[in-house]
Amino acid sequence: MIEIEGVSLAFGGRDVLSGIDLTIGAGEFVCVVGPSGCGKTSLLRLIGGLISPTCGEIRINGKPIAGPSRDIAIVFQDYGRALLPWRTAYGNVSLALEASGICAAERGKIILRLLSTLGLAEHASKYPSQMSGGMQQRLQIARCVAQSPGIFLMDEPFGSLDAMTRQVLQDEVLRLAAERHTVTFFVTHDMEEAIYLADRVVALHTNPGRLARVVSVNLSRPRHQLATREHPEFLRLRRELFATMAEFHK
Amino acid sequence: MKNWRGWVLPAIVVVASELLIRQTVTDSDVLVPPSKIAAASVVAMADGSLLHATFETLAAAAGGLALGGGFGLALGILLGISRSAFEVSFLAIEILRPIPAVALIPIAMLIFGFGFRMEISVVAIATLWPVLILSQHAVANVPAVLLEVGRSLCLGRRRTIISIVLPAAAPGLFTAARLAAAYALVVAVTVEIFANPQGLGYALIVSQQMLHPETMLAMLFWVGVIGWGMNSIFLQFQRTFFVRWSNVEQRQS
Repeated sequence: MIEIEGVSLAFGGRDVLSGIDLTIGAGEFVCVVGPSGCGKTSLLRLIGGLISPTCGEIRINGKPIAGPSRDIAIVFQDYGRALLPWRTAYGNVSLALEASGICAAERGKIILRLLSTLGLAEHASKYPSQMSGGMQQRLQIARCVAQSPGIFLMDEPFGSLDAMTRQVLQDEVLRLAAERHTVTFFVTHDMEEAIYLADRVVALHTNPGRLARVVSVNLSRPRHQLATREHPEFLRLRRELFATMAEFHK
Repeated sequence: MKNWRGWVLPAIVVVASELLIRQTVTDSDVLVPPSKIAAASVVAMADGSLLHATFETLAAAAGGLALGGGFGLALGILLGISRSAFEVSFLAIEILRPIPAVALIPIAMLIFGFGFRMEISVVAIATLWPVLILSQHAVANVPAVLLEVGRSLCLGRRRTIISIVLPAAAPGLFTAARLAAAYALVVAVTVEIFANPQGLGYALIVSQQMLHPETMLAMLFWVGVIGWGMNSIFLQFQRTFFVRWSNVEQRQS
């Protein structure tokens, strides 16, 4: 469970986030949308413990955050740069396990299992530069899963992937989150992606970033790329969110 | 041969200078046709003097490089990792660095006299600075995202340095070593020309004073060949070890 209470963040004399209150329950999938510069990535970094709020508090399972934790995995937007280019796919997943102090003999089994879970079993000995964007992002997700985290933070992970790859990966993420009962905090600028994935969509207003709207998504799971996206409720939510966003631009 | 085009210009220069010098210059202390330089090279090679001088120069250059480059690498990595260490030492380095290493020859002579130790000490100081600056830069400029990956995985400081910082900086550190090796050769020959009676530089200056321009130019040419050979070895090493992933770096920088 994540509790965000009165969190504000100022950076270089500019208010990035202001007065954010949000509670994310166990196993919940929350998507954050908003115009660029609304501080959605900053909010993710705050939860990840990479930066500290100027005021307010964030608690994970009741405990205030004091820096990054193994229980929180971050999938970075720039997958090309977040992987170690000198390590193979196998080695990149191994990094997360080395950090957890799992002995070398045990690592191999875990790594191969994770790679095959994410459809990378045949690419274990490839370097990131030899993989497509979608595969690189799968690899980053595999590394995060290797942490066996309770919380997944994803920063526009599919922003630069093509539409087909993106849909496949959306379903993979939903499957992983459901199997592992993780809390997922997913930042995106794609409102349809947000509705498709989330239990709740949080829309942020810009300058400074603040909560504009929190929308519950009452669509049954598992989601289906065609049926869910054609569901009247999906379309209603889509209209509602688009209208909210359009108002920001006035 | 794939790179035959590269040989066209040298071939033209050799043939043209051979013809030109043979026709116009009759007796000179500087200009000698390439055929005579080649003949002098063969003689110097045959009597062992060339190889002996080469050994002396390379030994001094390598010793100085190992000492200066080793310290430079260690200090550069330290200053790249620790912001506060960098801030404390930055001004001192910027003041000491511009002093030409060859200006230290007189001091080195007073301390060590002639011989290897003097030459090695000058080469060491000459290579210390560029290696220090380049490796500090390579370490300090490891992509921020990679460091955040280390933080989010809770790698800890030691493991972050070993598993992320040093491998990420490796191509830069290697470039520093390659440039310093070329510089070490230049400084070693310079020290030999001006002060130290050994090695290729000394052989060069002696042939000049004995009015043997063909031997002098043979030495000069041979220094060029050695420098080229050293660089080729480094580049081959770089291709072998970094090629598999270096293309990623290039695409994204």
